[in-house]
Amino acid sequence: MTNNKKIYDKGMVIIGLCIFVVVITFPFWFNLGNAAPAPEPKIADKAKAAKECVMPKAYMKVEHMQILNEWRDTVVRDAKRIFVNSSGKEFNMSLTSTCLDCHTEKAEFCDKCHDYASVSPYCWECHIDPKETK
Amino acid sequence: MNISYMYSLIAVIVLFLLAYVGAMLPGGEVFFGIIIPYLALIIFILGFINRVVDWARSPVPFRIPTTCGQEKSLPWIKPNSIDNPTTTGGVIIRMFLEVVFFRSLFRNTKMALQEGDKLSYEWEKWLWLFSLAFHWTFFVVIFRHLRFFTEPVPALVELVAKLDGFLQIGLPELRISGVVLLGALMFLFLRRIYIPQMRFISLASDYFPLFLIIGIAFTGILMRYFTKVDIVGVKEFTMNLVTFKPHITEGIGSIFYVHLFFVSVLLAYFPFSKLMHLGGIFMSPTRNMVNNNRFKRHINPWNYPVEVHTYEQYEDEFREKMVGVGLPVVKPLAAKTPEEPEEKE
Amino acid sequence: MSELPSPDEFLSKIDHKPSPTGWMDTPVEIRRGIACHAAKPDRLEYVGFPNPREWSCFDEDWQLPENWQEILHKGFKERLDRFRSVKIFMDICVRCGACADKCHFFIGSGDPKNMPVVRAELLRSVYRNDFTTAGKILGLFGKKAKKAYGARELTLEVLKEWWYYFFQCTECRRCSVFCPYGIDTAEITIFGRELLNLIGLNIDWVAAPVAFCYRTGNHLGIQPHAYKDMMDFFTDEIEEVCGVRVKPHFMKKKADILFITPSGDVFADPGTFTCMGYMMLFHFLQEKYGLEITWSTYASEGGNFGFFTSHEMMKRLNAKMYAEAKRLGVKWILGGECGHMWRVVHQYMDTMNGPADFLEEPINPITGTKFENAKSTKMVHICEFVADLIKHGKLDLDPSRNDHLKVTYHDSCNPARGMGLLEEPRYVIKNVCNHFYEMPANTIREQTFCCGSGAGLNAGENMELRMQGALPRINAAKYVHEKHGVNMLSCVCAIDRAAFPTALEYWLPEVDNCGVHELVANALILPGEKKRTVDLRNEPLPGMEDEDDE
Repeated sequence: MTNNKKIYDKGMVIIGLCIFVVVITFPFWFNLGNAAPAPEPKIADKAKAAKECVMPKAYMKVEHMQILNEWRDTVVRDAKRIFVNSSGKEFNMSLTSTCLDCHTEKAEFCDKCHDYASVSPYCWECHIDPKETK
Repeated sequence: MNISYMYSLIAVIVLFLLAYVGAMLPGGEVFFGIIIPYLALIIFILGFINRVVDWARSPVPFRIPTTCGQEKSLPWIKPNSIDNPTTTGGVIIRMFLEVVFFRSLFRNTKMALQEGDKLSYEWEKWLWLFSLAFHWTFFVVIFRHLRFFTEPVPALVELVAKLDGFLQIGLPELRISGVVLLGALMFLFLRRIYIPQMRFISLASDYFPLFLIIGIAFTGILMRYFTKVDIVGVKEFTMNLVTFKPHITEGIGSIFYVHLFFVSVLLAYFPFSKLMHLGGIFMSPTRNMVNNNRFKRHINPWNYPVEVHTYEQYEDEFREKMVGVGLPVVKPLAAKTPEEPEEKE
Repeated sequence: MSELPSPDEFLSKIDHKPSPTGWMDTPVEIRRGIACHAAKPDRLEYVGFPNPREWSCFDEDWQLPENWQEILHKGFKERLDRFRSVKIFMDICVRCGACADKCHFFIGSGDPKNMPVVRAELLRSVYRNDFTTAGKILGLFGKKAKKAYGARELTLEVLKEWWYYFFQCTECRRCSVFCPYGIDTAEITIFGRELLNLIGLNIDWVAAPVAFCYRTGNHLGIQPHAYKDMMDFFTDEIEEVCGVRVKPHFMKKKADILFITPSGDVFADPGTFTCMGYMMLFHFLQEKYGLEITWSTYASEGGNFGFFTSHEMMKRLNAKMYAEAKRLGVKWILGGECGHMWRVVHQYMDTMNGPADFLEEPINPITGTKFENAKSTKMVHICEFVADLIKHGKLDLDPSRNDHLKVTYHDSCNPARGMGLLEEPRYVIKNVCNHFYEMPANTIREQTFCCGSGAGLNAGENMELRMQGALPRINAAKYVHEKHGVNMLSCVCAIDRAAFPTALEYWLPEVDNCGVHELVANALILPGEKKRTVDLRNEPLPGMEDEDDE
């Protein structure tokens, strides 16, 4: 009765499927010819010299935003400025004068990963990068 | 005990363990991180195309739109050009509203028999609201994930992510879509359990995708807010996948592979399941057709001649009786004995 | 109706909570009062349908052909290849449940298998088993795995369930309005019934009209002379009420218009009053404007019970309309008030039996209006036609002659959801009646409820089913009856007029039922008529209660 090979409304079906495939494969063709290697944040000399951050590197990698968040709350709400890390060392809770003191270049350190992972922290809506103002 | 959802729940738990443990075994990361995702995507795309083409191999023999508004007839009667479209433009609007805003579901009512003899139909918005919430937030979540699959990340993706986190609760910022997604899924699941009619009709294949997507959302939320994952490492891995240079980034952690495995299973399961409503809605003849039936002839490709009872056969049988009551006949009455026809009781 | 409980008892028995087990674990129980009589063999023989025999659905043995499973499997496959609609509807339902409480049979019975989604699942379960890869693979793991997937084999039990529930659907499409994918249970039921007919499983109330219509031109098997006699009787009745003798044309060659309406209106009250209404209207148009409209006894059926049997049978019966129009050489066809007739005329006829290039694009010769919307099919609905006449002031009307009526309007399912005829009948009613009230919004227009007896279910033996199905409609009518004193439920469907009197008598005896053109005829002032003191039903007109009929 019906010809099983035939596709009815062929035009519309093919257009629809093309749209589907183009949308689904978006990441594949969008990045064509784009190597985009993972960024390597640049550790400034001062940071290298300090050897250790306020907490171990692995912890800092995934939890730094948490620490900054806590610091902010503690400073602003409780007016406490001293952070004591697990090995008993004391730090001034300050993004600009502690973190950026070692990690001198925001663009080379913070922004590199943030841009890559498409994260836009709102730190910089209030804080300024001391370097930039100079 | 409801066997349908227990089966599905067990299946999803098994899948979880499979990926969680599997990723820790030697070669597990390659298997769950590279082989399975590629395979799943291929199955998804080919399976989807195959299903749609299979549908398209059957014609639409009759033009059967469900008309949900006034037809176009006399010039002074205002037609409902969206719910009873007579133009392609009207159909496009109808389909757009259907696909994007679930217009038909929006009409949903809840029937109740009150005071013993009064039927009432109340507007039932919750199914519509939560379905819409589920689909839209799922879309937003997927769209946001493009940040892992593109470099540089398109501005629109960044904007959506920003809007999604505009409450600025906690760090990493809470993404509203993730929470709403999980909430909507829970609603859709619970209504299947608690509404007796829903429990009656729900199959294992209704619970399975729900649990699977709950699993995806759950592992995603877990990684973002609780167990934490090396985001840059993840992106390095996903970018390697989409640029066809698959390479495992060390130390991402098993939960990530569970997340990825769930997504892969969902993709591979998609073309063989009810999830194909994604493609089907566009091809549903009651929604995508123009109600121009009486002014434009629709062609049925398999229309075939049929045996009919002709006027001549009819007159031959009843000629005498017709002439008897003065009905006009084509052939004059001949001396012939008509058979005795039966009477309807 | 003696077996039926009282309406209060009926209502108290309705329970919408299904059993906690899934539907596949709930076995079918074919009940008297719900199921219809099986088709008698001579009906099937007359139209050449397979497996004619005496049988009953209450028999253990349904006397099926040896290879019935094979026949159905093959038939299923063939039809999947022919109908994209069903193929898609088999695959994409997510069982969201939006359709569940939209079905009048579910509302009125609480039988969970009357939820449209389950009606479709009856087919889907077999589809999954027979035609999907997943079903075949899961089949290897045994019945339990299949069941979890919602698949099952087509056993005799399943077949009986099909039969039982596909003849508990009136193909009204209400569920389709609410389905987010537009899944149309009418398509499912049509498909299911077409399959059942492959092995001789039909109900007599469908099969008999089909055979009659094939032979005599109408469902009731009225032979031409009897048809003429009925019309003569109506002519006398009209003369008695109006003092005017109408002269209907029969099979008049070269008439302007061929008129086709359901034969039910020629046969039983209150449809007969609507039929008399048509005759008076046509007489008026002939006297005043010289318009010739002819009836035909060969094509004396607008309705099409073939539609409830198979697509092929629908085409075979429908062919008479164009054939007769062609033979008589009329300009176009005018269609009377009927529900599924208009679904067939509007959505199927031109495709099946067209193109009607021997007819002219319909123009109303009195007003000059071109019926642009019917220019291909060349068939116009009488409400479209009359609305046009009224709009142009071509009818002489005295609506006060309907002042004894407080009217509401029931949108018949098919013209509403398979066509979109909503405003035309309302416009007509509002011009011929002074008291018109709408039923609640969720029960009219595209959300209208079926009369509960459509699609061939208007039999006598399934009265409980019919009362279940009629409940939502009558309940809405009851609302306006109590609120506004509505006493007349008007409609544009002959099945409605066959179904409502019984349903109203049971559920709401204070309200009566009529066709729109009965109301038109009451108001229509015929040239040379006498002073009317009664309406077409011989009820005294308002203010004329004391006058004697001369």
